[in-house]
Amino acid sequence: MTTGWTIWVDVIVLGSLFGCAWLLWINRTAPVERVGKGEPMEHEYDGIQELNNPLPAWWTWLFVITIVFALIYLALYPGLGSYQGMLGWTSHGQHQGEVEEAQALYGPLFDKYAATPIATLAQDEDAVETGSRLFLNHCSQCHGSDARGGDGYPNLTDDDWLYGGAPETIVTSITNGRIGNMPGLAAAVGGDEGVANMAQYVISLSGRDHDAAKAQQAASTYTTLCVVCHGADGKGNQAVGAPNLTDDIWLHGGRIDDIEYQIRTGRINQMPAHGNLLSKEKIHLLATYVYSLSH
Amino acid sequence: MNLETAEKNLPWLVVGIVFVISLGGLAEIVPLMAQPVTQEPVAGMKPLTPLQLEGRDIYIREGCVGCHSQMIRPLRAETERYGHYSVAGESVWDHPFLWGSKRTGPDLARVGGRYSDDWHREHLINPRAVVPESNMPSFPWLADATYSNANTGDKMNALRAVGVPYTDEDIAGAAAAVEGKTELDAMVAYLQQLGTHLKARR
Repeated sequence: MTTGWTIWVDVIVLGSLFGCAWLLWINRTAPVERVGKGEPMEHEYDGIQELNNPLPAWWTWLFVITIVFALIYLALYPGLGSYQGMLGWTSHGQHQGEVEEAQALYGPLFDKYAATPIATLAQDEDAVETGSRLFLNHCSQCHGSDARGGDGYPNLTDDDWLYGGAPETIVTSITNGRIGNMPGLAAAVGGDEGVANMAQYVISLSGRDHDAAKAQQAASTYTTLCVVCHGADGKGNQAVGAPNLTDDIWLHGGRIDDIEYQIRTGRINQMPAHGNLLSKEKIHLLATYVYSLSH
Repeated sequence: MNLETAEKNLPWLVVGIVFVISLGGLAEIVPLMAQPVTQEPVAGMKPLTPLQLEGRDIYIREGCVGCHSQMIRPLRAETERYGHYSVAGESVWDHPFLWGSKRTGPDLARVGGRYSDDWHREHLINPRAVVPESNMPSFPWLADATYSNANTGDKMNALRAVGVPYTDEDIAGAAAAVEGKTELDAMVAYLQQLGTHLKARR
């Protein structure tokens, strides 16, 4: 703050304090030369009169205390322009202090967890509990507070993995995020009829009731088109996040309509990267929690 | 001056009251209007794009600020949950600012990039579809309202008058940039940039 603004602030702040003190001083009694103490003042309304009495002492002293408090406060804290205050307090300094205090308290624990392999750490109830709290704050909005996911958001408790469930893979998914891209294939599979046939073929892979004739018509298209990502046996490919189609777990819904929509339109499914938001130690704990859900 | 004169002379009393109650603002608010820390944008900040700007107006129109603050205070409990505390330089182009004062829902100051675009779409159309515990209202009509010949350029012109550095090209291309987009698109674009200028791991 420049000197000019400092003077501006100081004059107003100190001026109003002294103004309050002055007001208090001149009001300590009414002008006694005109009316004696305790005598009626020279005005009345509807028969109500005011007597010439000083302010009650407790009232006066409260005022004095507020003024003294303000002066002490202004000496200790930054209230007068560029003056920093004797305590050197700042809001970001206080925040930094809180963070350092927490780091001193929890840092060693997080370090200890971070040094433990996830598969081992998943047996540690305290670590998993801590991970679950982090999960509730950072992950539950998509994956659900019970981690069972929802339409378009994978269930993390079922040991069915789009990108793999190894500890390092989970850490990678959290850190870098994932983008799963299935293109719309309406034209490639042969229009509405082709989509309907392919949907029958897809549900046949997991042994659901299906129209065998329709499924059969889509079989050859599957082996030239879908096979690239989902594999000849339909078990998917974790390298590209292509879901396993044989396990009757449906990320975007398992009704025929849902499956046809997916084939027709495709989808770009995104998990945002958290490497820039969360520390490595926290991601380690989150991965531990996620890992523990299916182990 | 005799106090009795002031007490019995209304214009003087009014002048005196206005003077006294303005002292706090003169000392606390007016100097901020000249401080670099409150007047200069944080490094790398860009004005909202036309689509994001329209999204901001939807945010205002739907009253989001009534339940969502955009102000992370410098308290560890908040920075742990939401990220780096808000700084004044992030709000220099907000007219009006949307800091809010009530959190029925979470703070949104750093919501940008935390969820996918699709999540935001589903969530705005029906919050329960992705967060079963949510008590946020649904905003399904956003998906149906499409911009056509929008007056986005006029809005940007007005913002330029109060200091947002839009160029003539920005303003000339504004209507075309939002043409055919839905209010939902605009809202998602606005939300996805919130608080992305300051990074801090927690």
